Amino acid sequence: MPRPTPPAPARDRIPEALERLGRAAEEIARLLRDLTAYLGLFVLRLGAAIMRPRRLPLTALVHHCQQVGLNAVPIVVLMAFLIGVVLAFQGATQLRRFGADVFVVDLIAISVLRELGVLLTAIIVAGRTASAFTAQLGAMKMREEIDAMRTLAIDPAEALILPRVLALVITLPVLTLLANVAGLAGGALMAWIDLGISPAMFRTRLLESSVDHVTVGMLKAPVFAVVIGLIGCHAGMQVQGSTDSLGRLTSASVVRAIFAVILIDALFSIFYSEVGL
Amino acid sequence: MTDLPRILNFRMPAEATPAGFRQQPARVLLEVDRLTRRFEGAAEAAVSRVGFSVGEGEFVALLGPSGCGKTTTLRMIAGFEPPDAGSVRLRGADITALPPERRGIGFVFQDNALFPNLTVAGNVGFGVRRLGRAAADRRVAEMLDLVGLSGLGGRMPHELSGGQQQRVALARTLAPAPPLVLLDEPFSNLDAALRAETRQDVRKLLKAAGSAAILVTHDQEEALGTADRVGVMHEGRLEQIGAPDELYHNPVSAFVASFIGRSNILAGTANGMDAETPFGRLPLSRAANGAVRLAVRPEQILLDPDPTAEAVVIGREFRGHDQLFWVQEGGRCLLVISGPGPQVSVGARVRLRICDCVVPLS
Repeated sequence: MPRPTPPAPARDRIPEALERLGRAAEEIARLLRDLTAYLGLFVLRLGAAIMRPRRLPLTALVHHCQQVGLNAVPIVVLMAFLIGVVLAFQGATQLRRFGADVFVVDLIAISVLRELGVLLTAIIVAGRTASAFTAQLGAMKMREEIDAMRTLAIDPAEALILPRVLALVITLPVLTLLANVAGLAGGALMAWIDLGISPAMFRTRLLESSVDHVTVGMLKAPVFAVVIGLIGCHAGMQVQGSTDSLGRLTSASVVRAIFAVILIDALFSIFYSEVGL
Repeated sequence: MTDLPRILNFRMPAEATPAGFRQQPARVLLEVDRLTRRFEGAAEAAVSRVGFSVGEGEFVALLGPSGCGKTTTLRMIAGFEPPDAGSVRLRGADITALPPERRGIGFVFQDNALFPNLTVAGNVGFGVRRLGRAAADRRVAEMLDLVGLSGLGGRMPHELSGGQQQRVALARTLAPAPPLVLLDEPFSNLDAALRAETRQDVRKLLKAAGSAAILVTHDQEEALGTADRVGVMHEGRLEQIGAPDELYHNPVSAFVASFIGRSNILAGTANGMDAETPFGRLPLSRAANGAVRLAVRPEQILLDPDPTAEAVVIGREFRGHDQLFWVQEGGRCLLVISGPGPQVSVGARVRLRICDCVVPLS
């Protein structure tokens, strides 16, 4: 049995760890710079497409809307419905102890509409779509299709990135809306079964609480969409010749996208509390 | 106009003019000037001060062993790789800083890089979609006709053979009528018989379309057989560029002399237009002075059986139309190619004579 190598003396490990930290920080800085450049590229191409709508690759846009939007409806709706059920059940158990059963409606409304509906939808879409974008663009990069496109005077940012990110910007708010409805439905069902709050009563109580919650949640959706789309496309364009780099970047793009979504959600919370929403 | 002497070497296609006939070239299309590229972490530059020019409609090949920088040069001309120094000019305009999509230069890839989700017609029409439906359809039909694949427009790329796929890739590249087409080892994935056939087709198609082309290859037969001019690259530098027969008859360096065909390299002392060598005083193809290395082609050496001679045949390979001899003479081994005539066996003593002039190398 091979003996484990003795650990290096602490004196050597500290500079080594510092070096690793420095390299990691440099990599993150480079990633942020690249993503900012991609954001600029996307905005430029979007502006050009708005000025000259004929240039918009409409077929590709519709195709991607179907892929990232329509095909994600079942999983998003099911997930949101179950979250609603869980929230209602957990909330009811706790609130019953204080005799505040009826506030479960507020609990569900606030948490689903403000946070969970949009956040969980974005996480599912990040897992499904960021990886798909990376894999699609990465495979094209590996087969030199993107280079071929460029020599045929087709701008990859316009032909590949714009329709993908735009499809997400269009469909993620719609998916969020569906998730909100499904979450509320799941909550209402559980509240009815467990607490005897009838759907009519649920509805009345729901409408009393502020409509702001819906706006607050929905406003995040397009931002998440842009971030997920750009992270997925950027990682795809970084793929080099080997299948190894394709696999590595596909998983990296999912991790980055989910992390970015949660980080931005936290920033939104701070922003909303500052502006008093 | 420092490039003038090079341009004067422009050779008309063999089928259009008698062999060796040289005339004023067409206008200069592409000028590559002192192009240099060093990759991160590499000690030596991948491409170092490479400069040449290509005339309108001319077919140039870049030939060299793998790792000599020929593909990097091509990718810099296409715009995929940013040069560290030097410039690329197309029809007089500096395009060094332009991205590939704004250069209007066609590129045929090694693995053809067809779009697998589009039909053959969709692939060919990809670069001309902006012309509008009717004009694009007409252009696609024209191109498929040119490459001899009309009627296959509805097929998917994977339903075609390798040679057909490469022709589709060429049609796709030629559809927007680029003034210059770059070819990166486009025949290397085809089998030998198909390769010889396809490369002649490609040459004819490019000439018919009137596009100039730069072909990158490590196969000297391919380069010499298709190109009007061939540039030989070695360790990131362009050693020599010229017509195939000029490279063969007048190599400037030992590398070119031994990479294009085979050469025996002899030491000698040059004095003007002739040189003192172990084989006596021989005429030189160009003037030189002092100690030089001389390239002697194997077919320039004649061998006569002579039992009193010093040289001994140590190897023989009979190839039908000619035969190869390895001859040991005064401590060196020389390669001799002669016709199928002489019946000289291994171990026989022979006398060697050199006919024609020999080439001094720099």
